[in-house]
Amino acid sequence: MKLICAKGLSVHRGKAAVLKNVTLDIASGEIVTVVGPNGSGKSTLLRALIGATEIAKGEVTRKPGLRIGYVPQKLHIDPTLPMSVARFLSLPCKVSPQQTQEALAQAGASTLGARQMADLSGGQFQRVLLARALLGNPELLILDEATQGLDQPGSAAFYQQIETLRSTLGCAVLMVSHELHVVMAASDRVICLNGHVCCEGTPEVVASAPEYRALFGSGTQGALALYRHDHDHHHHAHDHGHTHTHKHVPDHNHPHEHEDA
Amino acid sequence: MSLLDSFFIRAALAGLGVALAAAPLGCFVVWRRMAYFGEATAHASILGIALSLSFGTSIFAGVLALALLMGWAVSALSGRGYAMDTLLGVMAHSALAVGLVTVSLLQGVRIDLMAYLFGDILAVSRFDLAIIWGGAALVMALLWWRWSALLTATLSADLAYAADINPRREQMVLTIALALVVAVAIKVVGVLLIAALLIIPAAAARPFANTPERMALIAAGIGAFCAIGGLQLAYLYDTPTGPTIVCLGAACFAGASLLNLLRQR
Repeated sequence: MKLICAKGLSVHRGKAAVLKNVTLDIASGEIVTVVGPNGSGKSTLLRALIGATEIAKGEVTRKPGLRIGYVPQKLHIDPTLPMSVARFLSLPCKVSPQQTQEALAQAGASTLGARQMADLSGGQFQRVLLARALLGNPELLILDEATQGLDQPGSAAFYQQIETLRSTLGCAVLMVSHELHVVMAASDRVICLNGHVCCEGTPEVVASAPEYRALFGSGTQGALALYRHDHDHHHHAHDHGHTHTHKHVPDHNHPHEHEDA
Repeated sequence: MSLLDSFFIRAALAGLGVALAAAPLGCFVVWRRMAYFGEATAHASILGIALSLSFGTSIFAGVLALALLMGWAVSALSGRGYAMDTLLGVMAHSALAVGLVTVSLLQGVRIDLMAYLFGDILAVSRFDLAIIWGGAALVMALLWWRWSALLTATLSADLAYAADINPRREQMVLTIALALVVAVAIKVVGVLLIAALLIIPAAAARPFANTPERMALIAAGIGAFCAIGGLQLAYLYDTPTGPTIVCLGAACFAGASLLNLLRQR
């Protein structure tokens, strides 16, 4: 049973196409990660899936009554807006104090209920956003660079929480991340995006695909050593996907820029 | 002889009605950084007054129409190359200027411009009172009904979309509420000071609130206090009523800021 399907999705910003002919689907219970360089349309893809951006072509179909929990990339709360954590979790649907506490505990933020949102640290803030997304008992959790601004141990702990949640709640997870090493290890499927789907598959397949190498380089600080296997470092020597590669290499002749992204 | 025969009681009730509607709405104006939006809507109402005088329609209707038009125009023009404050600056002052010129061109109509610029709360009739409370009740009902959706859309458009709330629709709700408040508040504080009635109570309430609802309630309390207190002070010292109400509001804000400073030390 597919939870959400996008077919031939194109999204424009002004005259420029941000997404071109993207097709993907998410099955229940799987963890799918979207990777791609800056400006590759990752956030736009997620926003198109939740209906927050206009679609130029193609269509998005959701399972009827699909419950989505969405964790945005960043959320700025104006300092003039007083907002306690507990109140924030009750937006827009009122939830009981018990449910609030439960969701906070699941997100690893059980002590934060009475605090003001403005007073939270980056990591605490993200956990509260996660708790809010969990409250609707979602079938699909959508995370947009949820670990932005967290340090390495912080984001590792955060992704661990996501995996635990998947196994306890059984929800599917669709996430965007820059942290290739953590994400690749935690995903069932990886989609490499650069305006269109460059390649997709299991982390091992994607990490060794020439399209992926063209975008992220092959020397990603050993983080991907796990996946490097016996493949050649120079994708030109690779016969698979050869023509495809040539199309992208000129746009990204500085792959090392993306290493730490 | 009923209570409403006293001009003072009528004025107090009028001030109270406007304050109670303006304060919670003002919270959204503050949270969404729309202070200039209130100003622009209010300034447009001078043009509304001029037009309704020349066409002989009711001033309330003219002001409401122009305020709505202004809200719609700003929403439609926003996000097309101009920053919001530039756009509002252009619209607000143009509307005010066009309104003032139109008023001067009206032949044979004697109009007390001061009454519209600064309000004339002591001349509130029973009919005015009915319109003020009708409008205020409508605004409060609108805010009550849309409260959660408005708050979610204020926090983040994407969160709203993910929860099946259309942020553009909520923006329209606020525009309509703002137009209503401006239309009913002209008699009380006048065009130039309406924005003060929206923003000052909300700003003064901020340090004492830990949830949005509490901020709206405290703002309503402060607004009501300023309306009644300002009226009494104006009566006592023979000062213009609208500005006196706003002065009391400013004093509340100063007091709140001071208290907050002391508390943080």
